[in-house]
Amino acid sequence: MSGAPMTGRGGAVAAHPLAASATEHQGLAMTLFTVFVVVTLAITVWVGRRRSDSEEFFSGGRMFSPMENGFAISGDYLSAGSFLGVSGLIALYGYDGILYLIGFLVAWLGVLMLVAELVRNCGRFTLADVLSARMRERPVRIAAGTSSITVAVLYLVAQMVGAGSLVSLLLGDQGGYARAWSVVGVGALMVVYVAFGGMRATTWIQIVKAVLLLGGTVALTVLVLLRFHGDVNDLLRAAADGSGHGSAYLRPGLKYGGSWTNRLDFVSLGLALVLGTAGLPHILARFYTVPTARAARRSAVWAVGLIGVFYLMTMVLGLGASAVVGSDAVRESDPAGNTAVPLLALDLGGGSGSTGGTVLFAVVGAIAFATILAVVAGLTLTSSAFVAHDLYAGLRRREAEPGGREEVRVARFAAVGIGAVAIVLTLFAQGLNTAVVVGVAFAVAASANVPALLFTLFWRRFTTRGTVWAIYGGLVPAVVLVVFSPVVSGTPGAIFPGADFHWFPLQNPGVVSIPLGFLAGWLGTVLPGERADAGRYAELEVRSLTGAGAV
Amino acid sequence: MDVHDGARGTRLGVEDPWAAALDVGPWQEPPRPEPPERTGVYQEVQAGEAFREVRRRYRRFAFPASAAFLVWYLAYLLTATMAPGLMARRVDGAVNVAMVAGLAQFGTTFLLTWAYARHARLRRDRAALELRWDTQERVR
Repeated sequence: MSGAPMTGRGGAVAAHPLAASATEHQGLAMTLFTVFVVVTLAITVWVGRRRSDSEEFFSGGRMFSPMENGFAISGDYLSAGSFLGVSGLIALYGYDGILYLIGFLVAWLGVLMLVAELVRNCGRFTLADVLSARMRERPVRIAAGTSSITVAVLYLVAQMVGAGSLVSLLLGDQGGYARAWSVVGVGALMVVYVAFGGMRATTWIQIVKAVLLLGGTVALTVLVLLRFHGDVNDLLRAAADGSGHGSAYLRPGLKYGGSWTNRLDFVSLGLALVLGTAGLPHILARFYTVPTARAARRSAVWAVGLIGVFYLMTMVLGLGASAVVGSDAVRESDPAGNTAVPLLALDLGGGSGSTGGTVLFAVVGAIAFATILAVVAGLTLTSSAFVAHDLYAGLRRREAEPGGREEVRVARFAAVGIGAVAIVLTLFAQGLNTAVVVGVAFAVAASANVPALLFTLFWRRFTTRGTVWAIYGGLVPAVVLVVFSPVVSGTPGAIFPGADFHWFPLQNPGVVSIPLGFLAGWLGTVLPGERADAGRYAELEVRSLTGAGAV
Repeated sequence: MDVHDGARGTRLGVEDPWAAALDVGPWQEPPRPEPPERTGVYQEVQAGEAFREVRRRYRRFAFPASAAFLVWYLAYLLTATMAPGLMARRVDGAVNVAMVAGLAQFGTTFLLTWAYARHARLRRDRAALELRWDTQERVR
């Protein structure tokens, strides 16, 4: 998951123990982070010496073990948004933060049971491979490439805005220079990882990051539980007291309650989360790095276990921050709550000024950065695969070179281009609420990719026209509704706060655009004019469930 | 590691499929017969009892289980947003219905994951693998 609720407005950091002790932990945090960067660059160089055909570049040679891939999937999915953002949400709003978290986990059941194995058997590198296995190639590749790039770029910008906020929050930067430079730095690093190391380097970076993230979270969770002598009831009571809301803190409604629009908006978000995960392009791409469908299933099982345990610990950290630090202190440091875990670490280590506190704080900061880097590298790789393998190959007229060397060359340049676009968009969209942007990315994935994918896999009569309609029929409404939503105009937190042309009341378009995507796919198929190719469906179906003919 | 799946699961006396794949080089598409002939084989397999059994076993588990987790999650989501009062009831100590329901979502997710993986391993994998090598032999 995502850049969840980092608001990207990291202004109010001053006048706080964080800023006061900034110089102490800054040095240590930078050292730890530099070590991570050096290690990951070493991985990239080591991997980059290998031969690079398309199989190697886009799927890392397909020989990762289920456990390795399970860790890499968690590394791809868990972002600083869940480490800092959701725990902060729990620290401030209690149960509603937990409610938000659960959609991200439950969604994995859909990935595991309906998507992972079948997609592994039917595709080579991207979503469009699966769709075009039984449809006419050009229109489907272009449609699926377009929607997937939309999802990946939205998600990428959210992550990079998160990186900028993180710098401001942790280093107490006021001027915005460090923030801009950190966005450029993150962008440059992700391009280097992807262009030189491809999927193999990206996978190892995600594995290293997942281990660091889980390790850090386990350590902090143990410290919180020790503080309350393992008594959960005690922790809950202290958290409710620390929040200042009393028992209201432990039941739903503090954040997503109130007006019916607000509640419907959250239902829309929940729907997008639970359905959208199965359509996230960078997650689907991870299943091609293992040799068989069975290995894909086992990596999804690993991912469910790791992600579930991580979220359980995130709950403890959020509650712990409210109980130990207090919601008021968290809110004072950052209104969105992103500094809840760093503050908790400072406190658990012995408080501001103590060695233990400084070390824990620096470790948390470095882990958060490592987390962002691993997620953006995965997204950049996937986006470059869409440009090279779907759009470029879909539009090209002449025969491809053997071994896909041309595609790899295009993909390396595409990674540079995507990095540049993402940096520029991010610098332009510094004020964006990343939680909302990530929600929109999930909604687009759920509206455009998921209907097309599920119909392709399971519906005998589904046609090329149905596929194209399903993708655009979900993508266009989702994007249009967001443009005319409070995310873009009419509210203080919008991209254009000065203008007001919004007429769609919800921030998340899912509740409207997801049914539209399914409806468009159904209509495009049942209207007369085109019949499904029974032979190619036979091949796809047999291949999806047995693996016959899979690469 | 799943590299050895093939060797363990097949009764057809096919040699290790990965060795065969490596002969060609993993970056090359294996040579394929003309489409009409290949399609015919796949259509025969699709219509065959063995494949229909694999598909039946998969769908009988995956479809109801997916419907169940979606309904259960949506019920939870709607109750929490639309009827928070119901969720606020005390169960024990500081623990309320909302907390129990949230942890139950975790519990059912872990349980279904385990059940699905077990079902696939015991009821589907072997049959699917046999069909795989069988089909690939005929297409080759």
